[in-house]
Amino acid sequence: MLGLTKQDSKLMLIVIGLVILAPFILNPFPEGSAMAQFNAGYPDLMQRFVIFGIFAIGFNLLFGLTGYLSFGHAAFLGVGSYAAIWSLKLITLNVLPGIVFAIIVAGAFSFVVGYVSLRRSGIYFSILTLAFAQMSYALAYSVLTPITGGETGLQIKNTDSPLLGGPTDGSIGRANLFGAEMGNSFELNIGNWLFTFNLGYYIAAAFMLAAFYLSIRIFRSPFGIMLRAVKSNQQRMNYTGLTPKRYTLSAFVISGMFAGLAGGLMVAMDTQVGPERMFWTASGEVVIMTILGGAGTLFGPVLGAGFIKYMENIVSKINKDILHEWFAFMPDGLEDFMVALVYPFIGKGWHLTLGIMFMLVVIFLPGGLVEGGQRIAAKFRRTKNADTPDGASKPAE
Amino acid sequence: MDQIIVQILNGLDKGSAYALIALGLTLIFGTLGVVNFAHGALFMLGSFCAVILSRILSASHEVADPTRLDFLGNPAMNKVFYVQDMFGEAAGAAIMDWAVPLAILFSIPVMIGVGFIMERGLIKHFYKRPHADQILVTFGLAIVLQEVIKYFFGANPIQTPAPDAFKGSLDFGVFLGYEANAIMYPYWRLVYFFFSAVIIAAVFAFLQFTTFGMVVRAGMADRETVGLLGIDIDKRFTFMFGLAAAVAGVAGVMYAPIVAPNYHMGMDFLVLSFVVVVVGGMGSLPGAVAAGFLLGILESFASMPVIVDILPGINQIIIYLVAIVILLTRPRGLMGRKGVMED
Repeated sequence: MLGLTKQDSKLMLIVIGLVILAPFILNPFPEGSAMAQFNAGYPDLMQRFVIFGIFAIGFNLLFGLTGYLSFGHAAFLGVGSYAAIWSLKLITLNVLPGIVFAIIVAGAFSFVVGYVSLRRSGIYFSILTLAFAQMSYALAYSVLTPITGGETGLQIKNTDSPLLGGPTDGSIGRANLFGAEMGNSFELNIGNWLFTFNLGYYIAAAFMLAAFYLSIRIFRSPFGIMLRAVKSNQQRMNYTGLTPKRYTLSAFVISGMFAGLAGGLMVAMDTQVGPERMFWTASGEVVIMTILGGAGTLFGPVLGAGFIKYMENIVSKINKDILHEWFAFMPDGLEDFMVALVYPFIGKGWHLTLGIMFMLVVIFLPGGLVEGGQRIAAKFRRTKNADTPDGASKPAE
Repeated sequence: MDQIIVQILNGLDKGSAYALIALGLTLIFGTLGVVNFAHGALFMLGSFCAVILSRILSASHEVADPTRLDFLGNPAMNKVFYVQDMFGEAAGAAIMDWAVPLAILFSIPVMIGVGFIMERGLIKHFYKRPHADQILVTFGLAIVLQEVIKYFFGANPIQTPAPDAFKGSLDFGVFLGYEANAIMYPYWRLVYFFFSAVIIAAVFAFLQFTTFGMVVRAGMADRETVGLLGIDIDKRFTFMFGLAAAVAGVAGVMYAPIVAPNYHMGMDFLVLSFVVVVVGGMGSLPGAVAAGFLLGILESFASMPVIVDILPGINQIIIYLVAIVILLTRPRGLMGRKGVMED
């Protein structure tokens, strides 16, 4: 299918299925039930899943293949966001030009940063990208206020008058795609279940699928093999007469463009930007997503992005009362003990769990959660003759 | 002219913090070859040592005071500090007042212990893995340490005042013949500068003039040969890791009165300290110290109104700009040695 091998097509189809059916899959619990808080099928969060998925896929193209650890990728996301919001404010409220604009600007910016940073490798490369990102953040925060809106950031205002038509009645314009607004949703009630199909989500999801397809193609292409060669032995590449820098720079720019796309989509969904999107912790987050899910694997970054966003939005909301409800079946003393034991790791402490998991993955599972899934699957397969059903739900690389 | 002196002085205290953290980072990198992203967290732990000690020292219990009655007619409760019970009124108050300097004594064993556990428990297993893995695992550790501190102490900064004797400012300009109040410099920042100078000197003296230090330096230059000579270099390097943790810790303790400790202060410092280390030259101790002070002073010069008027925003980016220029023109940094991390 479309130049993919059989196995890759299978993976691609699984991902397409997951993405299209996400509103069902993420809403397994009926409205109003005690478990309803674990439903992640609301538009805002689903959009985040796919947008950060794109961001992580892009980062993985650089880190997973070439091994260059960039600590400044959020800068490209931020630059893309600013480009997109200006397009919405000045040109048209249609999101497509904004997204294209975001990709182009982020690509150009990442070319400049990459050209300079890629003169060094290893830790120096990490520090250089970090320095560039922090500089962009500081500038966006202070001097470039006329362009970036400084601390308050940029939003679409009712005083904006885009060239190609906007609201004339003084209302605040909304991002749309050829007239269909991003916020449009179709709600489906089945029994107690409420499923929301949001236009913005499906647009972002379409981009994410395109990004995922591109990433498979890059992984399997001769170009992707060159990038792996950069990781494994640069010297040998040099001796063979190849210039590693051309390949790494291309990878850097491509992954910067993916970040720009993610930034543009973010703006398309919530039409606002602030400089904190470029702060280095945001860069750190995409590093964690990619590695947690599995650097160098196809599906890992998406999995990692989804996992972290789920924790950030759902797990972080669990408070002590809910825990007491959960452990209510236990005797009182044991209940309090269990709550005290679990509480530091969830709710507001979810970062702690994340940090611990991240460390465990780095130490024991260099291939991330995907490798973990594969190992478990392999274990089951080995004992298949015994009556174990196969636990392999995770697609392989 | 007086403006320039003010800026140099302002740069010194920030520069001292950079220099101390960068010194520890370089010690770890030079000895163990590990890029430690958790070093900022060690700095943060140090400052929380000051918080912990000042909380311990101000532990109190309540004693009924029969001579005074509250509005319900019960005897009023007086707060009595345990230290004052133990050491008497005046001495107890003095001890509480001097909590931050006393925390240095408290923090050194704590931080050496933390360093030992970190090295033996985690970092030991990462010597043979790529630098990217080391960065990642220590980055994860930094998040964990940060969250643990946040769990116990909350997200808000905790004010930890310096002793009363060091409150207020020194009128520095008078010594140089300026009129009064031209150059004011807080006493504590002066103390911080001298303190860090002493620590830096002590570390260098330890490496330069003791047999232990000599072996460590030899190990930094050629680990294999030292090992072949029958010296257990690993044990000494572990100790150096503890020492580096202690240096970061005391730097944090003394910085607590300048910036109220909060759980993410380590990360803020870490980013800059890494830039400092890279500018100074990976693996070069004098380079780290020199670059620390240099960048601290440069940063405060760049925030002078005159300069900000010409180049707006320069104060925010000067350090990163310098780092980029240095990395591209002098790949080894200011004082980097040949052959150290040159890839």
